[in-house]
Amino acid sequence: MEILAPLLQYLISGLTNGAIYALIALGFGIIYNATTIINFAQGEMVMLGALCAISIYHVNPSLPLAFAGGVAMVTVIGLVFERLALRPVRDPSPISLIIITVGGAVFIKGIAMLLWGKDPYSLPPFTSNVPIGLGPATILPQNLWVLGVGALLVLFLEAFLRLTLVGKAMRACAYNPRAARLVGISTGRMVQLSFGLSAALGAAGGILIAPLTLGVYDMGTMLGLKGFSAAILGGLGSILGGVLGGLLLGVAESLASGLISSGYRDAVAFLILLVALFIRPQGLLGGKQ
Amino acid sequence: MRLPRLLNRWLLFTAAVFLIALLMENEYYLTLLNFIGIHTLLVVGLNLLMGYAGQISLGHAAFFGLGAYTSGILTVTYGLNPWLAMLAGMIISGVAAFLIGIPALKLRGYYLAMATLGFGVIVYIVFTEAQAWTGGPSGLAGIPALHLAGLSFDTPWKLYLLIWMVVILILILSASIVDSRIGRALRALHDSEAAAESLGVNTQRLKLLIFVWSALYASLAGSLFAHTMNFIAPSSFDIMFSIKLVTMVVVGGMASVWGSLLGAGVLTILPEVLVFFHDFEVVIFGGILMVVMIFLPRGLVRGLLDLKEFRRYKRQGGAFPV
Repeated sequence: MEILAPLLQYLISGLTNGAIYALIALGFGIIYNATTIINFAQGEMVMLGALCAISIYHVNPSLPLAFAGGVAMVTVIGLVFERLALRPVRDPSPISLIIITVGGAVFIKGIAMLLWGKDPYSLPPFTSNVPIGLGPATILPQNLWVLGVGALLVLFLEAFLRLTLVGKAMRACAYNPRAARLVGISTGRMVQLSFGLSAALGAAGGILIAPLTLGVYDMGTMLGLKGFSAAILGGLGSILGGVLGGLLLGVAESLASGLISSGYRDAVAFLILLVALFIRPQGLLGGKQ
Repeated sequence: MRLPRLLNRWLLFTAAVFLIALLMENEYYLTLLNFIGIHTLLVVGLNLLMGYAGQISLGHAAFFGLGAYTSGILTVTYGLNPWLAMLAGMIISGVAAFLIGIPALKLRGYYLAMATLGFGVIVYIVFTEAQAWTGGPSGLAGIPALHLAGLSFDTPWKLYLLIWMVVILILILSASIVDSRIGRALRALHDSEAAAESLGVNTQRLKLLIFVWSALYASLAGSLFAHTMNFIAPSSFDIMFSIKLVTMVVVGGMASVWGSLLGAGVLTILPEVLVFFHDFEVVIFGGILMVVMIFLPRGLVRGLLDLKEFRRYKRQGGAFPV
């Protein structure tokens, strides 16, 4: 029993972080499917989501408004980023695109530092802050919010891609852009949509986690990298893979930081990434290359 | 005809380096030049990888750090000869690069970028956390100066001579690699991987070779850095430094050995000259990366030269040879 309680506690915090990684991983996957670009600025959308929502909350203390406003603002930023930084690209080789999106990430982070400063900001939890007993461990209501809203967003995304016409068009683009163009789908529009959608998912993740971790200008880099690790681990471009990768990564690093050393927590995530790249680069649920 | 002209260029450059050594007395400027030299070593290696092999490392600071910390730990804690420690650093960095580069042997595109980024983060965390070896966040102090035949490289002026001799050698070495069979294979690889492969170039092995090679340069630069500063801390080897190195390559121009010198020079001097640079440093580096790569994908200097050529051809009414 003594060993079980902390293990359960690590599992809860791991799943919570993992849900955020999963949302970021899905953002990477959506853009990758539409464009085969890895958008290194994805993590900064998470940071912008958290900080925008916090700023809105300071003006008008309503959490639903802060959530909706934060997501909306970051969606616009994602669309503008695609329009200004990626559409004019003259040489769309992987190396140029990596440098551009890395530059974008650094640029956005720098702007956020100038706007919000280096201090962390807090966002109140969505509902009460009283821990709920769960067997030998406890769970915060905000953990439940993260897991619940995260699951809901994944379901919405799946439904959007499977059931709506626009969603089907996006999937068509992912399978074969040229064939999609032939049947009258505007691939440019789909690329734009993919950037907006993944920015929105990232922002939602940032706002969900802000009450637990605070919002600060440099939170995005690490979250983005871990989201990418989750995407690779699960299989880049697969929704179920992204979710699975995110949750596995979250639980693994939470267990490692609890059982081994908290200082090496971030190292564990990247060790998993490197091992995944070595052994199964197509990811757990990815097809054969 | 070609060889003497090339020789002249190197002689001129070497003469300029020594002339500066004779005339320059200000220690601050000499120290700045020493940093430019160390950055040049890093940027030349990264440029071979980015400009010629078409791959990118987002964790080059890790190899720089491995060199610096191997030199630091082996000389401070174990009292090893600094030159041997430097060699040990290069071996460790080379092996690490080889292991990280293997995914790139199998895969294309973004994987080397991601693997190096992950590796960079892990190495940075180890520098910070392994306090028993590295001294943790507060750093490792008391690294001795380099000695050679009774001469101790302990002033900015002597270090200047040492560092820039190394820079000249590495620049000549890199330029001759670029002009060798390997260099031609690299350019073929950069233009079309399929075409290069059909001509019998083992492209994956070549990429790995250049990646390991650039890590060796970085490690050498790291050891020189450790013996120059006599003190190292993890913050010199973070991801932002890796990104700064990429910016230096982009500013100097891809696939240009001399451009590396320029990129390292400009971006080492700018933060020192511009007082407002410090607050805006991150924004400026990010902005440079985006704008240059969007509009001048061959790099700033090369791109501007291309534009000038383009204008000249246009003025003469001819077509621009693509």
